[in-house]
Amino acid sequence: MLWPRTMRELWSWEPVEQMRRLQRDMNRLFSGFVPGATRRVFPPVNVWTGRDDVVVTAEVPGVDPKALSITVEGDTLTLSGARVPIEIKEDEAYIRQEREAGDFTRKIQLPFRVEADEVEAHYAKGVLRIDLPRLEADKPKQISIKSTQ
Amino acid sequence: MAAEDKNIEKSGARTPVEAERVDQPPTFIPAADIVETDHEAVLLLDLPACDEKALDIRLEEGTLTVTGHVAADDFPGHQLTYSEYRVGDFERAFSVSEMVDTAKIEAAIKDGVLRLTLPKVEAAKPKKIEIKAT
Repeated sequence: MLWPRTMRELWSWEPVEQMRRLQRDMNRLFSGFVPGATRRVFPPVNVWTGRDDVVVTAEVPGVDPKALSITVEGDTLTLSGARVPIEIKEDEAYIRQEREAGDFTRKIQLPFRVEADEVEAHYAKGVLRIDLPRLEADKPKQISIKSTQ
Repeated sequence: MAAEDKNIEKSGARTPVEAERVDQPPTFIPAADIVETDHEAVLLLDLPACDEKALDIRLEEGTLTVTGHVAADDFPGHQLTYSEYRVGDFERAFSVSEMVDTAKIEAAIKDGVLRLTLPKVEAAKPKKIEIKAT
């Protein structure tokens, strides 16, 4: 972190700029910034877009599918539920706690409007898969060119 | 635990246990909870998309290694247009002290969460000492 970033920097002598950079690096060091560990959304989702439908997958390990609620309105998918923490008895103690627990709500913007009545959801092995067919009126239409001769 | 440990959420594996992978998907460290009682330790690991067939749990020289094999998602005719997580194998190792009765370790997986129960050996369990009246 405190090493010169390029070979050019190694040879150049810019005391003010180097001091400023050092200060910035130190600030970042103490602000708890950890690259790659800043994302904390639960559950994380992936959106797979097809021509006539969209598939949304979410990693929801440990979430009871009965406690999951999925609603669709226009082109917005809302996913909410709860992950129940482990019950801790009086003589028990957490040694490590990395798995997040609690209520969650995610709103996902879909690439197009969907047929809310035909949405299907499947849950297996802690992964949720939602199939959302595209609204008929929203589907792309081929326009034929009429020749006038 | 250190604060940065709590932020672990599918971060990349730091030290691959196996030889370097060339064409394999990435390996992730699963998030873990460990709860200890007088007579056992319970380890919970988030392993979405894993079931008992995809899991490999080994105990070797005091190290408990959990490996989960997950095939990449593929939806023919679809493109991944928005992504918040990547799919790959899971791997995490824990050192197990001599206090654990290794012959009695139990593992169960439900809804993508692995639950490992590590009972303590009889000698490690706390004992109540009776005071004799003289």
